Amino acid sequence: MPKLTIDGKEIEVPAGTNLIEAARRLGIEVPHYCYHPGLSIAGQCRLCMVDIEKTPRPTIACNTQAADGMVVHTQSERVKETRRSVMEFHLINHPLDCPVCDQAGECWLQIYYMKHGLYDPRMTDEKVHKPKAVPLGPHVMLDAERCILCSRCVRFCDEVTHTGELGIFHRGDHSEIGLFPGADLTNKYSGNVVDICPVGALTDRDFRFQVRVWYLDTTKSVCPGCARGCNIDVHVNRRRPHHAEGKRVARLKPRFNEDVNRWWMCDDGRYGYHVVDAPTRLAQPAQREAGAVRAVGWDAAVGALAGLLGRVPAEQTAIIASPKMANEDLFALRTLAEARGIRQVGFRVPPAVPGDEDDFLIRADKNPNTRGAELIGLDGDVPGILAAARAGRLRALLVAEHDLFDSVWPEAEVDAALAKVETLVFVGPNGNRTSERAHLVLPAAAWVERDGTFTNFQGRVQRFRPALAPLAEALPTWDIVGRVLAATGAPSTATRAEHWFRALAAAVPAFGALSYPAVGDTGAQVLEGVRR
Amino acid sequence: MSEKVLTRNFDVADAHTLAGYRKTGGYTALAKAAAMEPAAILEEVKQSNLRGLGGAGFPTGMKWSFIPKGHTGPVYLVINADEGEPGTFKDRYLLERDPHALIEGMIIAARAIRSAKGFVYIRGEYVEPWRRFSAAVREAYDAGLLGTGFDIVVHRGAGAYICGEETGLISSLEGKKGWPKVKPPFPAIKGAFGAPTIVNNVETICQVPHIINRGAAWFAGLGSKTQGGTRLYSVSGRVNRPGVYEESCAITLRQLIERAGGVSGSGVLKGVVPGGSSAPILAAHEIDVTMDVDGLRSAGTMAGSAGVIVFDETVSVPEALMVVARFYAHESCGQCTPCRESTGWIYKMCHRLVEGKGRKDDLDTILDVAKRGAGTTICAFYDGAIGPYISYIEKFRAEFEALVQP
Repeated sequence: MPKLTIDGKEIEVPAGTNLIEAARRLGIEVPHYCYHPGLSIAGQCRLCMVDIEKTPRPTIACNTQAADGMVVHTQSERVKETRRSVMEFHLINHPLDCPVCDQAGECWLQIYYMKHGLYDPRMTDEKVHKPKAVPLGPHVMLDAERCILCSRCVRFCDEVTHTGELGIFHRGDHSEIGLFPGADLTNKYSGNVVDICPVGALTDRDFRFQVRVWYLDTTKSVCPGCARGCNIDVHVNRRRPHHAEGKRVARLKPRFNEDVNRWWMCDDGRYGYHVVDAPTRLAQPAQREAGAVRAVGWDAAVGALAGLLGRVPAEQTAIIASPKMANEDLFALRTLAEARGIRQVGFRVPPAVPGDEDDFLIRADKNPNTRGAELIGLDGDVPGILAAARAGRLRALLVAEHDLFDSVWPEAEVDAALAKVETLVFVGPNGNRTSERAHLVLPAAAWVERDGTFTNFQGRVQRFRPALAPLAEALPTWDIVGRVLAATGAPSTATRAEHWFRALAAAVPAFGALSYPAVGDTGAQVLEGVRR
Repeated sequence: MSEKVLTRNFDVADAHTLAGYRKTGGYTALAKAAAMEPAAILEEVKQSNLRGLGGAGFPTGMKWSFIPKGHTGPVYLVINADEGEPGTFKDRYLLERDPHALIEGMIIAARAIRSAKGFVYIRGEYVEPWRRFSAAVREAYDAGLLGTGFDIVVHRGAGAYICGEETGLISSLEGKKGWPKVKPPFPAIKGAFGAPTIVNNVETICQVPHIINRGAAWFAGLGSKTQGGTRLYSVSGRVNRPGVYEESCAITLRQLIERAGGVSGSGVLKGVVPGGSSAPILAAHEIDVTMDVDGLRSAGTMAGSAGVIVFDETVSVPEALMVVARFYAHESCGQCTPCRESTGWIYKMCHRLVEGKGRKDDLDTILDVAKRGAGTTICAFYDGAIGPYISYIEKFRAEFEALVQP
């Protein structure tokens, strides 16, 4: 382990650590554009220059490995002057169109100009003109004039996705990022190039012109798109509700987690958040009687469900829980089932079309919490439940989140099952063909509207936090179940998601060692399990 | 006039054929080298004071010694025949008129560095040199000189100056965009296709058979104290007999201009670029300087590729700078920000000056921009470009100021 000195502070770092990372450990920021810890070293932006004693001139920190006894200065006059020069070079041909650029507010040209530039511009000649507003693929738009040619996006497509759509074409100050002939930026991770673009050259077609970034608030969360559970930040627009046509979630961004997704997430996950503000959201509890749907209050809805559970014998009642539900919801539901003696409980509804999978992040299982549902012990016989319904042996059926019509089972079979059930109850954030058949519909809060945890396929419990208040009258599922428990005379002391998690940890050995503090921001393992 | 070494076959009509080359003593050095240990060949080259003749002037023997000892995988010898430095046209003569000298030199050099494969990267525009060299390679294969422990792959470039930079050349050879590579690792450790690689200029390697045949001491004695041998000077511009001249590394610039028939045009010298367009210009009073690497370095310029460009007093230095600046703006690979952005910017300013739209600050801005970018890039391209930017303006400032709008 080499020991070196940076700006007068000593630090020991693992062999092979470069000077940017070594400095970062000391809280010293070495400005850079082309360097990215997840990509190969390009060494071309020339901004990360530092002074190393006994070296004749400033050296790039990204391509210099820490060595024993090395003495590094990141704030010498010579380094500062070099940074100023490099900033001027980066900006002479930049259009400076910040007022209409989506990157403004999170642009590293702006940030570094203020920190390391602050020179008087001298460039008075015509700037080089390049293509603008070029769609590279379904999600990414290129403005070649804003590009600083750091090549991060090119390296991402070469080294991370191995799809190689992008290249740098032409030479000198006419160099520009572009697609190879016949290629489109259609790989399943294309949105990441927007994240790693340090400037406004690559913008997200989904996000551009929706809302300025300084109106956004950030909440740590987990992607619910598949069993991987990529760590994300949810960016919501609460301060300018009249922007973006009232859409509250503005975008999702991957959040670094060494053990799960590192810096990346897939496009399906990234753009999957639209369900949160979709017209299919269920806004208030509703009852359907004689074909007419009637909105009801929560008290009436909870009372109706409690009444149903009291009226119908447990052996004529079944629950189809969902692996899209949080651990807390699932355990609350298990508690309810146990309190009422309901034994017919399952959660697996195989999709009509099997999910796609790759050898990187994307998992075929499009549910975030299958592992949790397994561990909580809800893995009952769903086909058996439906067969019982078709045979007239079920009077009450609670379905959570699933659309049973979107499954491997023939539509007619599902239809026959639902037709025979006396009372169908649906709980979930979004309506679907199954909810349309329900006699009682209970609107659940979406994952970004509440606290909770998912257990990913690795057996890693990861926490998501509320970024928004629940839409309209929606409630977290654990809260709905808790109210029903209370109404059936078996009240729980749990009044927060965390209380349900504590109860889960006390009841299920796999979760025994866990708590919200232990799960933290990056998750904790339930099992000796499969690692990435 | 120096002894003819590199040019000895230039006037022999069939020297480019195997039979013709053999008649003038060709491939006798190879026979001698075959009996020598690799270390002995390397030592002989070290002692000869042979220095790279492509531009950087690095001691050749020392470069060869950087191949890691005990390395067991492939080692490559790459010949830089991407002759692109403006004012330089000597390698084309060697490729056309004495191609077997390069092949013989390569086989000997390969023995010294334990390489079984060589690549010759020939400038795309050099069609005839490529034909002649390729024909010579075929002959050498037919004669069993190649294909019996050493192979040569001939590769044609596609017309980019930067592919003459050794790591840009390697990138291009590997099938990538011809971008210079970040160092370390250096090519001798991790070069072409990830293997230890030595990149040498055509002329450098053509010297090797002579060093083996006639000995390091003889070779060293032809040149200056720190640089052995003769070299080929490409003399162009305002001289009466432009062309390629073989002379000692110890000749002075004044003598060389006289060899080329003296200054033409007005007959009055204004300045000389001594080592290709990247070498800082020397004013007329600075030409009593020896042309070896160290002599020109101490005069504040460089031997470079020995492309000597002579300006008589009628040449407009600002116009010359504009042309050179256009070249560097056009040829910058675009990888490093300082070079990519400032070559274009400086060309725009030079162009404006020549058009009579220069402003008072322009000259100082050019100088400042040039100096700020110096030493900040991956390769030596930009450090080469600033040679003319700075020296033309500093040495001929009055000419530039005359163009600036008051």
